[in-house]
Amino acid sequence: MKKPKITVGAVIEEPGSTIKNKTGGWRSFRPVRDKKKCTKCGLCWQFCPDNAINENFDVNYDYCKGCGICANICPFKAIKMVKEEK
Amino acid sequence: MKKVIEASTAVALGVKLCEPGVIPMYPITPQTHIVERLADYINDGLLSSEMIHVESEHSAISAALGAEAMGVRTFTATASQGLALMHEILFVVAGMRLPVVMAVANRALSAPINIWNDHQDSISERDSGWIQLYVESAQEALDTIIQAYKIAENRKVLLPVMVCLDGFTLSHVYEPVDILKQEDVNKFLPQYNPLFKLDPKKPITMGPIGFPNTYMEFRKQTHDTMLDSINIIKDVNNQFKESFNRSYGNGLIETYKIEDANYAIAAMGTACSTTRVVVDELRKQGKKVGLIKIKSFRPFPKQEIISCCKNIKGIAVIDRNISLGNEGALYTELRSAFYNQNKKPIIKGFIAGLGGRDITPDHIKTAFKKIENSSDTEWLL
Amino acid sequence: MIEIRIHGRGGQGAVTTGQIMAIAAFYDNKQSQTFPMFGVERSGAPVQAFARISDEKINIRSQIYNPDIVIVLDASLLETVDVTSGLKEKGTLIINTNKKPSDLNINRNFNIRTVDATSIALKIFGRPIVNTPMLGAFSKITKEISLNSLTKAIDETFLKTKGKKIAELNKKAITAVYNQTK
Repeated sequence: MKKPKITVGAVIEEPGSTIKNKTGGWRSFRPVRDKKKCTKCGLCWQFCPDNAINENFDVNYDYCKGCGICANICPFKAIKMVKEEK
Repeated sequence: MKKVIEASTAVALGVKLCEPGVIPMYPITPQTHIVERLADYINDGLLSSEMIHVESEHSAISAALGAEAMGVRTFTATASQGLALMHEILFVVAGMRLPVVMAVANRALSAPINIWNDHQDSISERDSGWIQLYVESAQEALDTIIQAYKIAENRKVLLPVMVCLDGFTLSHVYEPVDILKQEDVNKFLPQYNPLFKLDPKKPITMGPIGFPNTYMEFRKQTHDTMLDSINIIKDVNNQFKESFNRSYGNGLIETYKIEDANYAIAAMGTACSTTRVVVDELRKQGKKVGLIKIKSFRPFPKQEIISCCKNIKGIAVIDRNISLGNEGALYTELRSAFYNQNKKPIIKGFIAGLGGRDITPDHIKTAFKKIENSSDTEWLL
Repeated sequence: MIEIRIHGRGGQGAVTTGQIMAIAAFYDNKQSQTFPMFGVERSGAPVQAFARISDEKINIRSQIYNPDIVIVLDASLLETVDVTSGLKEKGTLIINTNKKPSDLNINRNFNIRTVDATSIALKIFGRPIVNTPMLGAFSKITKEISLNSLTKAIDETFLKTKGKKIAELNKKAITAVYNQTK
């Protein structure tokens, strides 16, 4: 891990720098949406703890950690958790 | 302009002269008079600070932290259990390098419940990263509040400052005080210009996690800054002298008749005033005695103390606190300061004035008499 | 330096007596210091306040154990409190009572002075407010503070907080007690 700058009071002056920290690599299962079953109700978008589902309900795999909350909350079982390992 | 006022009013007037933007307040004896006066000034339109009524001291210091993070000069005051309740946030304020100034009207800690003076409350926050300045008069209280902002807000410091005054024994005393002019204080203390602040137009992150690979570096940085603040405290004391023709020793310690003294009392707060009287009396009897007043307990001015003690054979340390199971805090620190010196004085500790027990001239005389006794710590009951 | 102890009951204003005394002494170009018996104020309970007046800077910050002067705002305290406790030999005791010093059961070695401040207060305030009037007796007997400085101290203390009328009544009462004191 690269050593961060030791600033006064540990302030991070660059705004939004957490976006550099891509957490997609933490995933062992990926959510895959079945567009036929999806009604675009928006629950997955609302419940995703990482803001990794956008307004079109597509998953941003750079940040999705594969927690599976979206699949669990979906009332139409439109999201399946698929093993990453091939 | 000189007026007879209560020391709590002197603190409030000092704060008013510094015009903080935000004052979160929560009352607790014997500090309450300070925030009551500030509330009066705000009500009378003499001070435009935002007053925040909070539900506890934990909230008071948290609100001060938030306001200071927005780049606003902030003040609050507390004592005893209130300071203890602030404990966890005190470390956060210091670690985030927010220059909050707080008055502490020193009071004992429960149990048994006791509303009267000793230094146990602030001494128990010794390691929190706050600069601690102890005062002995209403005048020094007013002057030190103004100096505290100048020290805290210095870009080389950016640490919070506690101005500690003895509860009741000083906070409730009326005596003549020279009240500084606003225009003179404005010249001495510039507008607060924060190094960083929360601003939606220029977002930053404050208070992030410090992983094991950086936490120690941040702690060391704050520690080094605390040590460096020794010079800033001296500078500010000198500048204050230039501006107002008044100073308190070198800002860190103040000595009285120490130059040719063989024996000295080391103390903090109002015990120093009473010691001055005893020193005068013993000098009339031909005894070469003096006083070392420790004004700055954090940072601890080791070198300054050592260099003023070149000819001292013995020091009696008056501690208005007790680290249960060991000894008084000032005694521990003084002994540690001299440990690596080739020539060291005899140092003896005395516990006195706990929970409002009066420290009388007789106590101080007893301490002088017993300096060379062998036992480590004695209680002056 | 002289040291003064004021005896009263919670609510009678012994602390204010000390404050006005200290302010007046300062107007007379003296150094002064005053403080209450800390943290025991309860209505009706015996309370004490203390003051020091000196030509030089006052350093001492211990409580007062051997006063030069004792002021008693309420003579009924003589029954329950030893008001002469620690009073210096030949020290002055100023008591608000309609009795003569010789009628009081107090050691004659002290300089005992009495004044009926309650009667004067009832006439002027319509209420037994004696804390400020007794300062008139203190001024006349000890000459430590002048009547002129006392009236200035009254204005400083009361004009802003209680208004002109109250300040004037207080000055009138102080002057009346001053004149009545022998």
